[in-house]
Amino acid sequence: MPLLAIAVLAAGTYAFRLAGPVFRNRVRIPDRLQRLLSVATAVLLTALVATAALTQGHGFAGWARPAGVLVGGVLALRRAPFPVVIVAAAATTAGLRLAGIA
Amino acid sequence: MLVDMRSFWRTLDRGSLRDIALVCLADAIVGASFGAITVSGGLRPWVPITMSVFVFAGGAQFAAAGVVLAGGSPAAAVLAGLILNARLLPYGFTVADTVGGRWWTRLLGAQLITDESVAFTMRQHEPGRRHITFWTCGLALFGCWNVAVVLGVLAGAVLRNTGSFGLDAAFPTVLLALVLPSLAHRGTRHAALAGAILAVAATPFLPAGVPVLLALGGLVLAGRPAATVADTNPALEVR
Repeated sequence: MPLLAIAVLAAGTYAFRLAGPVFRNRVRIPDRLQRLLSVATAVLLTALVATAALTQGHGFAGWARPAGVLVGGVLALRRAPFPVVIVAAAATTAGLRLAGIA
Repeated sequence: MLVDMRSFWRTLDRGSLRDIALVCLADAIVGASFGAITVSGGLRPWVPITMSVFVFAGGAQFAAAGVVLAGGSPAAAVLAGLILNARLLPYGFTVADTVGGRWWTRLLGAQLITDESVAFTMRQHEPGRRHITFWTCGLALFGCWNVAVVLGVLAGAVLRNTGSFGLDAAFPTVLLALVLPSLAHRGTRHAALAGAILAVAATPFLPAGVPVLLALGGLVLAGRPAATVADTNPALEVR
């Protein structure tokens, strides 16, 4: 990841943050835009989960990785503590690989 | 410190302090995972550390690094990160009153605006309490997050064969745990599922990073949006 990319991401992010404290008396964010932004966040994160869990390069990632993510997801839904969720996911994937399932 | 300790203890009750500490702990684990996963995935150690200090937004950091690690272009990585961080824009207006009136407190305070610091601040209504809650939570998170990322980087440098440890499953799982609460709303869930299917289906044909952006097409299925921002905020409990 080049330094320029990090700098652009950091500067843009900081601009989003600073706008409120600087312009709060002059501008109002419409409710519709607020809701659109929060739904867009959920859509992007979910797409990242799906592609990172299922794909590798342009193909299928194999069964071990999505199986681990699935175990983690079920534990998260059942409100398991965060470290347990992550360790269980990684352990499932590692275990399946150890058993010869890619 | 920005406040003297006596008024600090008077205004910030034990319950809030405990909650902030718990969120810091959860964030530290995410930060350590970020450092470990990115470095063991092949990024240079300074990359996750620089991102954590200057971007300071877990979701966007994971997203941008994920796109790059998958072979995507830096432009796609930056775009994905910026779209995720656009939600900080309304946050800034929500907590604008707490960062103070001086130009330097605004410049510093702005960097501390995160899902968590805003969520904690919104629970308080009295101006003094809002002020102390925002700064305490923001500074504590900034410290924990960055220290944890450095520790994660050190750990990740030791782990070479990440596949056999299942670390590649940890990255999507972190994101999944973050996004799950916001999928409780039906419209959001439909949009997110449609977007995910779109992204996976497009992966064999498009350059890395682009399918995730294509997922935004799922937004047309969002229907009537959630009643409040808090309903759809991902990561209000964990970053």
